[in-house]
Amino acid sequence: MTQLALVIDLNVCVGCHACVTSCKQWNTSGTAGSLTDLNPYGADPNGTFFNRVQTFEVGEFPNTQTVHFPKSCLHCEDPPCVPVCPTGASYKRAEDGIVLVDYDKCIGCKYCTWACPYGAREFDEERKVMTKCTLCVDRVTDTKLPEPERKPSCVLACPANARLFGDVHDPESVVSKAIAERGGYQLMPEWGTRPSNHYLPRRKTEMRIHPEDLKRVDNPLKLDGKQPEYAHREPGREDFAT
Amino acid sequence: MQPAFSVIFLTTLIGAAQGLFLTLYATEISGWGALSAAELQPFLAKATLVALLFTGLGLLASFFHLGHPERAWRSAAMWRTSWLSREVIALPLFMAGLTVYGAAHGLGLGATRWIGAVTVLLCLGLFVATGMIYASIRFLQEWASPLTLVNYILLGCASGLTLATLLAAGLGMSMLVTPYALAAAVCTALAWVTRSASLLRNARLKPKSTLQSAIGIKHPRIVQKSQGFMGGSFNTREFFHGRTAQMLRSVKWAFLLMVFPLPLLGLAMGVSAASTVLLIMTFVIQYMGLLAERWFFFAQANHPQNLYYQTIS
Amino acid sequence: MSATPIHDPLSPPLADATVETRTTTCYMCACRCGIRVHLRNGEVRYIEGNPDHPLNQGVICAKGSSGIMKQYSPARLTKPLLRKPGSERGDGQFEEIEWDAAFAMLEERLKHLRATDPKKFALFTGRDQMQALTGLFARQFGTPNYAAHGGFCSVNMAAGMIYTIGGSFWEFGGPDLERAKLFVMIGTAEDHHSNPMKRELSKFKRGGGRFVSINPVRTGYSAIADEWIPIKPGTDGALFLALIHELIKLGLYDREFLARYTNAGQLVNQDCSSDEFGMFLRKPDSDIANPLRPANFHWWDRHTDQAVADHAEGADPALLGHFKMPDGTAAVPAFQLLEERVKPYTPEWAEDITGIPADTIRRLAHEMGITARDQKIELPIAWTDCWGKRHQTVTGNPVAFHAMRGLAAHSNGFQTIRSLSILMSLLGTIDRPGGFRHKAPYPRAVPPNARPPKGPQAVKPNTPLDGAPLGWPESPDDLFVDDQGQPVRIDKGFSWEHPLSAHGLMQNVITNAWRGDPYPIDTLLIFMANMAWNSTMNTSEVRHMLNDKHVDGDKAGEYKIPFLVVCDAFQSEMTAFADLILPDTTYLERHDTMSMLDRPISEFDGPVDSVRIPVVAPKGQCKPFQEVVVELASRLKLPAFTHPDGTRKFKGYTDFIVNYETAPGSGIGFLAGWRGKGGEKSMRGEPNPKQWEMYEKNNCVFHYHIPPEHQYMRNWNLGYMEWAQKVGIRRDKDPVIIHIYSEFLQGFRRAAQGKRVGKQPPDNLRKRVETYFDPLPFHYAPLEEQATDIAKYPLNAITQRPMAMYHSWDSQNAWLRQIHTHNYLMVNPKTAQAQGIADGGWMWVESQWGKVRCMCRYSEAVEPGTVWTWNAIGKSSGAWNLTPDANESQRGFLLNHLISEELPLNSSGAKVSNSDPITGQAAWYDVRVRIYKAAEGEPEQTFPQFKTVSAAPGMQQMLPRWQAYFAGKGAKK
Ligand SMILES: Nc1nc2c(c(=O)[nH]1)N[C@H]1C(S)=C(S)[C@@H](COP(=O)(O)OP(=O)(O)OC[C@H]3O[C@@H](n4cnc5c(=O)[nH]c(N)nc54)[C@H](O)[C@@H]3O)O[C@H]1N2
Ligand SMILES: Nc1nc2c(c(=O)[nH]1)N[C@H]1C(S)=C(S)[C@@H](COP(=O)(O)OP(=O)(O)OC[C@H]3O[C@@H](n4cnc5c(=O)[nH]c(N)nc54)[C@H](O)[C@@H]3O)O[C@H]1N2
Ligand code: SF4
Ligand code: SF4
Ligand code: SF4
Ligand code: SF4
Ligand code: SF4
Ligand SMILES: [Mo]
Repeated sequence: MTQLALVIDLNVCVGCHACVTSCKQWNTSGTAGSLTDLNPYGADPNGTFFNRVQTFEVGEFPNTQTVHFPKSCLHCEDPPCVPVCPTGASYKRAEDGIVLVDYDKCIGCKYCTWACPYGAREFDEERKVMTKCTLCVDRVTDTKLPEPERKPSCVLACPANARLFGDVHDPESVVSKAIAERGGYQLMPEWGTRPSNHYLPRRKTEMRIHPEDLKRVDNPLKLDGKQPEYAHREPGREDFAT
Repeated sequence: MQPAFSVIFLTTLIGAAQGLFLTLYATEISGWGALSAAELQPFLAKATLVALLFTGLGLLASFFHLGHPERAWRSAAMWRTSWLSREVIALPLFMAGLTVYGAAHGLGLGATRWIGAVTVLLCLGLFVATGMIYASIRFLQEWASPLTLVNYILLGCASGLTLATLLAAGLGMSMLVTPYALAAAVCTALAWVTRSASLLRNARLKPKSTLQSAIGIKHPRIVQKSQGFMGGSFNTREFFHGRTAQMLRSVKWAFLLMVFPLPLLGLAMGVSAASTVLLIMTFVIQYMGLLAERWFFFAQANHPQNLYYQTIS
Repeated sequence: MSATPIHDPLSPPLADATVETRTTTCYMCACRCGIRVHLRNGEVRYIEGNPDHPLNQGVICAKGSSGIMKQYSPARLTKPLLRKPGSERGDGQFEEIEWDAAFAMLEERLKHLRATDPKKFALFTGRDQMQALTGLFARQFGTPNYAAHGGFCSVNMAAGMIYTIGGSFWEFGGPDLERAKLFVMIGTAEDHHSNPMKRELSKFKRGGGRFVSINPVRTGYSAIADEWIPIKPGTDGALFLALIHELIKLGLYDREFLARYTNAGQLVNQDCSSDEFGMFLRKPDSDIANPLRPANFHWWDRHTDQAVADHAEGADPALLGHFKMPDGTAAVPAFQLLEERVKPYTPEWAEDITGIPADTIRRLAHEMGITARDQKIELPIAWTDCWGKRHQTVTGNPVAFHAMRGLAAHSNGFQTIRSLSILMSLLGTIDRPGGFRHKAPYPRAVPPNARPPKGPQAVKPNTPLDGAPLGWPESPDDLFVDDQGQPVRIDKGFSWEHPLSAHGLMQNVITNAWRGDPYPIDTLLIFMANMAWNSTMNTSEVRHMLNDKHVDGDKAGEYKIPFLVVCDAFQSEMTAFADLILPDTTYLERHDTMSMLDRPISEFDGPVDSVRIPVVAPKGQCKPFQEVVVELASRLKLPAFTHPDGTRKFKGYTDFIVNYETAPGSGIGFLAGWRGKGGEKSMRGEPNPKQWEMYEKNNCVFHYHIPPEHQYMRNWNLGYMEWAQKVGIRRDKDPVIIHIYSEFLQGFRRAAQGKRVGKQPPDNLRKRVETYFDPLPFHYAPLEEQATDIAKYPLNAITQRPMAMYHSWDSQNAWLRQIHTHNYLMVNPKTAQAQGIADGGWMWVESQWGKVRCMCRYSEAVEPGTVWTWNAIGKSSGAWNLTPDANESQRGFLLNHLISEELPLNSSGAKVSNSDPITGQAAWYDVRVRIYKAAEGEPEQTFPQFKTVSAAPGMQQMLPRWQAYFAGKGAKK
């Protein structure tokens, strides 16, 4: 069975919001649209967006990490938002696991939002229906688009390629491999919703310097009649027993 | 959560109606007040009408909750999985039951016991459905407890009994006033216990989700710097009440006073003074208290989604 | 209840709509990505990155994705507007006029100025990319008073590096992250090459590269750095010098590279008694290579222990040591001077200044040195250097750097950036794989060939300037000053105050013109710059100057700046001050070029230029400024635009682009692609009448791939030089030697010391020039800090670019403004708590020049001595057609109010621009502030506030309460 999903690499996401507005423009004029904006040119402008990029600070100065964290519907494998919906407007597609809202059926009772622990659904205040990320179902299933473009708008936009898209049930897919190799994880696992979207954690690349590296026979100073002024400070390889 | 007035009115109104109906049916089958069927019938008919009125108002209020009320009929579709759907089915059925029950009494059609029995089932079903709408949302830990259901039932019964007491007094069924008042007092006291229990439980709740589990980073010190937008959104409107802790506390004490001790006092005084006015006041106070209770019920619930929407910058 | 049909997420919307896809170039920012614009029933439905474009390769940013909201913004101007007679500037009271009237007005005024004193017309342009055209216009007009944003943007970055390595970051070169192993990013938030940078950074990190960011604040790209090294603003020079100290001390430098490709081994005259002290010794009998830049230097040959011609066959220069020339003159290799210079600059010394632990500095130096030395890349690409030596391979030392305004926007930026360039050169990473790589038309000569006009005589009525208005001074004699050594330009560019101001000093134009110093002007034309707001310092005062009138004398009642023309696409804060507003098109509505004559979008592997092709029709009466310039030039009969018989040469802009050549028959025009009669030639060739169509067919971009043997070591690559000369990218083919030691700077210092014949600085500037024109890199406290009681103003205040906003111009964008609606001052909690300021609380920030009330946000990602905010989110009330209560004006604030455009020169009371004393780069990030809590009861509103400006005629007057954009159904559903 196919389960399409996004895998978001927090190790390279720079928090640029490209995925936010590309999502908005694709979807507002698309089958999920239009996505309303309230007070677009006034106080407290706000509107319907399927995807948001948040920022967290982890740790204390100077050991601070700035983590940008994009979040849209996670297309849970066991989506609590679906069974609660009284109309059946919320549903999970059998063929690819995408969780959708049928805007013609939705009565706008908002009950499904209570049942989503992730705050991934947004009520469209003008259309009075529940909306959410469609995983760009109208792109990814559109056979008129060339194959490489059959991806969500946010994925194609992302300058850092931090958004991977594919079938998390296919162990050979890029997303499954990324999850396996990079320790991909799910949000709020405590609820058993089994989100399909995964996140890849930060990784830190460090460099190990050995004191010998600083002192070398071919040191260029020697050609100019000098010796490196070298102070031994850190333990070297020989200081470690193996 | 942001308390939704439509839902507050819906649940309190139908709760009282359900309580009232159960009282009426109990009166019919238990022989309270030792009245004959003929003596009872006009009262039962009128009181059922009141219950019907309350459910009608509740239903009306519920429409204000919907973005597309014209599609409300669709909401019965998912009765297999959705408690909301079940409520949507149970409520009209219960109302139908009430109508038939009331009509049977009013027109003297008979078979009221059977009709009543079915309506009781519908009423209980409605109680369960309504309670479960809230209790089944496991993310709202404040709600996800059998106490929620118990409270809905007991508070509905308490207010329904108080209502019944005043109706009995107002409609000249004085022999019913005392048993009703006693039953109302018992239900109110029981509800006092269970609602307090839920408050105690909620005070001790440890949120299952943390910022750490929300974003999957294991570090003791994580602070949100930006939720990604500044002017608010559905997520900030629906799930935050935006009121101070002070206000929340006031509302809590207000409902604790207005739903439990004051009505107890009011019932005692109303019965002993045989004052319908006092009984009316008692019901109004208790009902207002229930509005506050329901408001608080919403406001106190802290949705895990809120972890994602804390800071603008 | 909504009556509109709603769609199931799988049903096709507007099934019978006509759809169309067109390619053009984005201009929501200066990155200039290729885009595909999808139209539905003629409306913009979707803008995506063009996968076939070399720059962005399909990706697009938040701004680019919000182009629809720019196109359909209610803040758009649609009509030429004239200030209502009797209304004040700044009130924004206008009446509509026709283009004919506007042109006639401009023609008459400019014709008169051109015939009398062309200097009285000043043209300054902001974050545009059409300096090739606007510069040509100014030059042909004959006014030297022309510049673009470079002076207030990053001229230090350009000049500091170009005067050292002949190329720079910014838009001229960048880090080769494809091959780098260690990447050090300094003082960069989100800059010009933003989409490619993100793409490359992510690949780099995934490939296991190590990314270090040096910045007082952790925002932007730094978020994903493996290590963040917080530094005190304005102190990077000290850090670089300490790194250089450590690299030299340990011998962790690329000696071979330094010896052959830099002037490290060239002998410097050390005879204190000589006027030539500090200049390179010349070998009279040696090949000078290029008479314009004689290169007959000496090396001290290590093998034969004697002075020889530089690059003599078989010789290897001593880099260290003290030598005596045969005539007894004391001489040392430049590198020896550097070594002596950095000797005292220990990591401990730098720790005190920068706040970075000495051990961290040492480790950083080791990481750089060892990575460069031990992870060498050898590409099997044979090439020949300019001295004729054949190399079998191209070597790379994979340490890459990138730096931007964190270094540039300080008054010590030039020397800091020179230090960085020298650090990069020591590591041997210039135009090599894994290091810094040039982008065509760079590398250029050090300095590039264009020189500014040389004196007042260069400006003559009805006569074009004989060169470009801007240029690169090489010696004091290139300065644009009068006999008294006083400035000729209105911005005082190329004067002794800021001799190497290669990009002018736009930040001082309004103040100088207002004061009439050095002289009053008549007409100021501002294009695409919001100089009444964020591209100006001292904003409140400058707004006053724009509206200030003479009080007495024969001009009483007249404006000090008599005529102000603003060309903008939106109602900015600036347009309110205009006498005449020219409504520009948006980028989706016009033809435009990203020309090799300006700043193209070249890649490391060859020149790239691109165009814009209109995808929608102009709104209202909007007219591309490109057309306006060509029209005005034709009406004024500027020679390059006019046939000898006085008739116009070009029908309009597109015609101009195709047919204009830099010189008759040069074959070089604005566009390098599809030249020649049938489009068969590249880079150079006759005009091709079908050139636009060919660009359009090819994704609006032209990419010339140079062969691999010409792609590296271009400063010294003979094959590349010959090709570059042939196609007109370079005039000469002499090698571009890296200036570890800058003889040019020494030339200015000698003039200041009175040791040089030729132009001399006025006495009050001698000391200044002598101090800052040090031929060796050094660190000094920023000028503002020197003039501030830092006990009273202990904090540095800086700004950052947000990734989802471009300067001040995206607040009219309904989507982007939801991301940044207002701004906070970001303060380290410790710093804020010391003042009792709460997270989210109201506070004051105060410099010695002004104060601002704003809201505080705690942040652990900022060095405790620094406070920062997003750039230009705050707006003045009513501007950008936002409602008067919009968050931008009520809760947003502008830091610029705290920054002065001038500093006291010395105790004399004279003032000088608050800029780098070498380049005139605006010192935005030098300002020192203190913070304190706002008092109880103060209004919860930012300060200062300005009078609300109402929408101009022709703009959308009623703002929607809600908007649901759905292309193909009319702009609003
Ligand atoms: N999205 C977006 N992109 C833009 C722009 C925009 O407005 N929006 N503007 C464009 C323009 S015109 C320009 S010039 C570029 C500028 O691009 P950047 O130079 O990246 O922009 P700034 O935001 O000025 O970034 C300066 C950085 O330097 C840091 N800094 C300040 N002082 C110091 C210091 O003394 N030392 C160090 N090490 N760091 C310091 C600041 O904290 C900040 O992170 O961006 C361009 N790109
Ligand atoms: N405090 C502080 N101030 C700064 C900086 C900083 O770091 N800190 N950075 C400085 C830097 S590096 C720069 S480059 C400047 C940028 O400053 P400006 O160049 O003034 O940039 P904007 O404010 O965006 O103003 C550009 C104007 O161009 C208009 N515009 C947009 N599109 C078009 C178009 O297609 N045609 C025309 N004709 N007009 C158009 C916009 O409406 C706007 O009015 O800001 C400087 N100001
Ligand atoms: S993230 Fe929320 S809306 Fe999306 S499937 Fe899961 S529960 Fe449903
Ligand atoms: S708001 Fe719509 S989708 Fe959500 S539960 Fe109600 S009917 Fe279903
Ligand atoms: S998958 Fe599509 S709908 Fe979902 S966030 Fe990305 S762009 Fe938006
Ligand atoms: S577009 Fe990519 S890099 Fe930018 S915020 Fe979204 S996920 Fe992160
Ligand atoms: S980076 Fe600049 S040019 Fe590229 S898409 Fe974004 S706004 Fe457009
Ligand atoms: Mo800039």
